[in-house]
Amino acid sequence: MSDVSNGDERIKTTSKFRQALMRPELGGMVGTVAVFVFFGLFAFDSGMFNSQGVMNWSVVSAQFMIIAVGACLLMIAGEFDLSVGSMIGFAGMMIAIFGVTLGWPMWIAILITFVICVAFGALNGYIVVTTGLPSFIVTLATLFILRGFTIFIPQTLERKTIIGGIREAAEGDWLAPIFGGEIGEPIFVWLGDRGIINVFERGNRAGEPVVNGIPMLIVWALGLVIIGHFLLTRTRFGNWVFAAGGDADAARNAGVPVNAVKIKMFMFTAFCATVFAVCQVMEFGSAGADRGILKEFEAIIAVVIGGALLTGGYGSVIGAALGALIFGVVQQGLFFANVESSLFRVFLGVILLAAVILNTYIRRTITGER
Amino acid sequence: MSNIIIQMKNIEKYFGSVIALAGVSVDIQAGECHCLLGDNGAGKSTFIKTMSGVHKPTKGMIVFEGQAMNFANPRDAITAGIATVHQHLGMIPLMSVSRNFFMGNEPIKKFGPIKMFDHDYANDVAMAEMLKMGINLRSPDQAVGTLSGGERQTVAIARAVHFGAKVLILDEPTSALGVRQTANVLATIDKVRKQGIAVVFITHNVRHAMAVGDRFTVLNRGKTLGTALKGEITPEELQDMMAGGQEMAALEGSLGGTV
Repeated sequence: MSDVSNGDERIKTTSKFRQALMRPELGGMVGTVAVFVFFGLFAFDSGMFNSQGVMNWSVVSAQFMIIAVGACLLMIAGEFDLSVGSMIGFAGMMIAIFGVTLGWPMWIAILITFVICVAFGALNGYIVVTTGLPSFIVTLATLFILRGFTIFIPQTLERKTIIGGIREAAEGDWLAPIFGGEIGEPIFVWLGDRGIINVFERGNRAGEPVVNGIPMLIVWALGLVIIGHFLLTRTRFGNWVFAAGGDADAARNAGVPVNAVKIKMFMFTAFCATVFAVCQVMEFGSAGADRGILKEFEAIIAVVIGGALLTGGYGSVIGAALGALIFGVVQQGLFFANVESSLFRVFLGVILLAAVILNTYIRRTITGER
Repeated sequence: MSNIIIQMKNIEKYFGSVIALAGVSVDIQAGECHCLLGDNGAGKSTFIKTMSGVHKPTKGMIVFEGQAMNFANPRDAITAGIATVHQHLGMIPLMSVSRNFFMGNEPIKKFGPIKMFDHDYANDVAMAEMLKMGINLRSPDQAVGTLSGGERQTVAIARAVHFGAKVLILDEPTSALGVRQTANVLATIDKVRKQGIAVVFITHNVRHAMAVGDRFTVLNRGKTLGTALKGEITPEELQDMMAGGQEMAALEGSLGGTV
């Protein structure tokens, strides 16, 4: 009687196709290939695939990736953070206030900003786990609170909502280049000398490559993706993240410190938002009170395109990274292809809906719900 | 068979003005399957929750391996070796069997300063433990959600046994299962008992209890009606004790058979 499960004739052997479908990254992989094929066919001559073009959509994708990694791990742990966009604006503004208005050394401004923002993340998490309220509502409150401060503080101190002069203030600082610098210049010079990538033909930079390094933003994005993926799939903590989002009560019964896991994930999401903000203010040289608006939704969309379930307990960081790549390539690709940019939103809505429907189908298949 | 592992002495438990348990005494022996029977509301759940550290008894004593115990929380009881497999299982359907099996007790492989989840070890152990219970998994990566109800119960039981349970409390493991799956779970209970583990099997199904039970304790309205050995009692008597006698007999008469 114990060999029943050995061969139940009513269970069809699952095909390789269906097994592949069970991988959360699948949608992201198919989407990535589709997007590159599409733009390869329709926008190849537009400059999208020369060195500047590649750098252009790579930077945009990397921005999405940074916040998507945080949102992904948090969503798998069963929670949302709608305050990511406000956190980006707030963090950028804090750096400007500390580094420019107060004139502190940039590295101190950056570190203090990280501490404050991660503390806000912890507060989000603490309120969610202690009150048991949906994180949706709690972080919606944080969204407004942080955005309000982001406007109020510079207005009170400087009578304006955009503070510039950050690049000058960061001159010679040791920490700022880790967010705003570039690496790999010699490689690009070498490539330029051999005519593999474009070089300036005139002017005082003639002969130098048009793209002269990989922005640290991209390094951060790839680094966070690798760390996030490793953490989720290869560590004990990763198992706790899945468990906390899959069924918090069952996880608690098994001795998983669910509350601590969730709070840490809120902190990590805030950390990612702050990385985004620091890279952004270093690139722009200024902080604005309206930075980061709607970023929380873009992060969530990238994560969902990447195969994570909105209900938690299932997803993949690699998938979220691919979702961010699709996001960036399409947004910039439509620009290169001279398509009206408002259509990007239409595309976004359609692909989001398609991804959610596919994910729900996958969930039903796994859990056997009907 | 007198190697008593846990003794519950005159356990009383009040919730406000409600008397859930009014002095229940039961002793559980290693290697036996002790069936705890009772109708809904008889106090079975309260009793096992007291045993597993969820509730503190209002009065009475728990003696575990010869020592008076005072469990502050379920974690204490689990550490001591009292594991509960709940009706709702504590399994996460979207996670793989091996990830579920080691949830909260993940094996660690050190790679320099980095501690990694040892997936190879986890997969091997989960497969081996399931095979011992007579279930041949397609793959340890299989999501628990794809298993049948009986197989899920077996994963939960195998997990508790692997992590050193001395007393295994099964809270209505068969109540939601079909005939064949029930048979599988009962067979698993038999295997666990033969390893010298005390099994406390909560059910309100007399036939399931008679199939594997060594001793039977009936709870009714927060009281025990005594413990009976296998062979000393008939299914009909058990049924009567659970239902509290008279009206049940009358009902069965009108329905034409044992309910």
